[in-house]
Amino acid sequence: MLNIAKIRNEFPALHQRVHDHDLVYLDNAATTQKPVRVIDALRDVYTHKNSNIHRGVHFLSSQMTEAYEQARTNIRIFLNAEKNHEIIFTSGTTDSINLLASTFGDAFVGSGDEILITGLEHHSNIVPWQMMAQRRHAKLKVLPITLRGELDLEQLDSLLTPKTRLFALSHVSNTLGTINPVKSLIKKAHALGIPVLVDGAQAIQHGPVDVKDLDCDFYVFSGHKTYGPNGIGVLYGKESWLEKLPPYQGGGDMVAKVSFEKTTYAELPLKFEAGTANYPAVIGLMNALDYLSELGWSDIGAHETELKEYASSRLQSIDGLRLYGTAENKICVFSFLIDGVHASDTGLVLDKLGIAVRTGHHCAEPVMDFYGIPGTVRASLSFYNTREEVDRLVEGLGKVKQMFL
Amino acid sequence: MEKSLEAIQNEIIEEFELFDDWLDRYHQLIDQSKNLEPMDPRHKTQEYVIEGCQSKVWLHADLDGDVIRFTADSDAIITKGIVALLIRVLSGRTPEEIKDVDLFFIDKIGLKDHLSPTRANGLLAMVRQMKLYGLAYYTKQQKN
Repeated sequence: MLNIAKIRNEFPALHQRVHDHDLVYLDNAATTQKPVRVIDALRDVYTHKNSNIHRGVHFLSSQMTEAYEQARTNIRIFLNAEKNHEIIFTSGTTDSINLLASTFGDAFVGSGDEILITGLEHHSNIVPWQMMAQRRHAKLKVLPITLRGELDLEQLDSLLTPKTRLFALSHVSNTLGTINPVKSLIKKAHALGIPVLVDGAQAIQHGPVDVKDLDCDFYVFSGHKTYGPNGIGVLYGKESWLEKLPPYQGGGDMVAKVSFEKTTYAELPLKFEAGTANYPAVIGLMNALDYLSELGWSDIGAHETELKEYASSRLQSIDGLRLYGTAENKICVFSFLIDGVHASDTGLVLDKLGIAVRTGHHCAEPVMDFYGIPGTVRASLSFYNTREEVDRLVEGLGKVKQMFL
Repeated sequence: MEKSLEAIQNEIIEEFELFDDWLDRYHQLIDQSKNLEPMDPRHKTQEYVIEGCQSKVWLHADLDGDVIRFTADSDAIITKGIVALLIRVLSGRTPEEIKDVDLFFIDKIGLKDHLSPTRANGLLAMVRQMKLYGLAYYTKQQKN
């Protein structure tokens, strides 16, 4: 069992007063707070170890390069990927998806082809495909969702067609918290020879991800949503696919030989890592993932499930509160509205009570359109949250109702 | 005789000075929102919308003799309360007064962050739009 009091002490940002109240941080789906271990790792790089990686002959550079490549190894193990060079460092999920949309589009998508996404996606798993489809004269198809916020699987067969070049879907919905049955969907797509990208931005911090077991072709996530630093993300890709893709950005590190007539490109993974890598953030990310592994997924999962059940029953006991996203299988994210109260009004009052939630469309306007609402209030919990914090939220919502109804 | 721009803003500041905690201030804004004259439904359309990430504001302006009459609305109550204050200050003023008005009351009643670019609630854009109407009508008046 996790010792939550001890864990909370490892996250300095959780301990502050906001508008004369103890902070209750329930905006973890937007970004998570950082453990001391990650902050210290970053400080250590900048204080003692900083040196640009690769090709340096001097001590600091080779030490930093070694640490950078060690991080790649640890992250490979974290994802249970086969090979180190299947782990590409990017600036985040958005960057990973743009990389793939651009290179995959150039290599494999032509006029009349289709890309399949779902009705649950974050804008960053919609817009890059839309832009690519426009360039390649391809079509974007959407697997719709049901009222509970689950994928409408009955429609999958008619949407996976001989023209489908790629299926891109979220592992977990950022707005509704739905956990999608990615493994079985990948199997279905593969039966038709269609590769699958899984957007794991909201999944990687809640449970073990085994890319070999999922058999996904690509898996992407961000560091900052998984207790790591900002500006770092990962694109996992099966070697066979990454080899077939052209390079993305040109620059240093991604080349083998450059002349004005012709440039040959570096091997994986450097082919996709143009420019100076964000190596301090890579070290920070490694520490964040190692931290999660050491806490242990079963204990993290047990605590988050308990919190989810508690929060779910407490929120549902509030008269006039409507939950959006009631999937059978979901993480501890709650999107809701109080009848007759605008999400922004709810958020403003909660803020004054020291409670941080997100309001608005959560960068998933199609989900809002599906429900015919302009936005919701979203409380997203982490393993460092407590029942007492859920109680504070519920009390806060009582105050909201008192003020506006 | 209409109160001066300065007088009306001072009046609002005095009303808000009675309340020292945020809760009462929000209550005051909720009351203000109830006093806002309803907008003509013909103007509550996409054409007059000022889109924010968090809430929506509708704004319509018409020249009535020498002055501009504003009507406005919002889908969120706190925003609507602030909209009502802006209307109270600026509607019925001449384009010349509006085009570069100093809205000092906002800061004085502690609503500055509601009109900061980070809020994305449409209010900052609304103020900008009101001043633009002032400028446009002022330029038109100068030509005639």
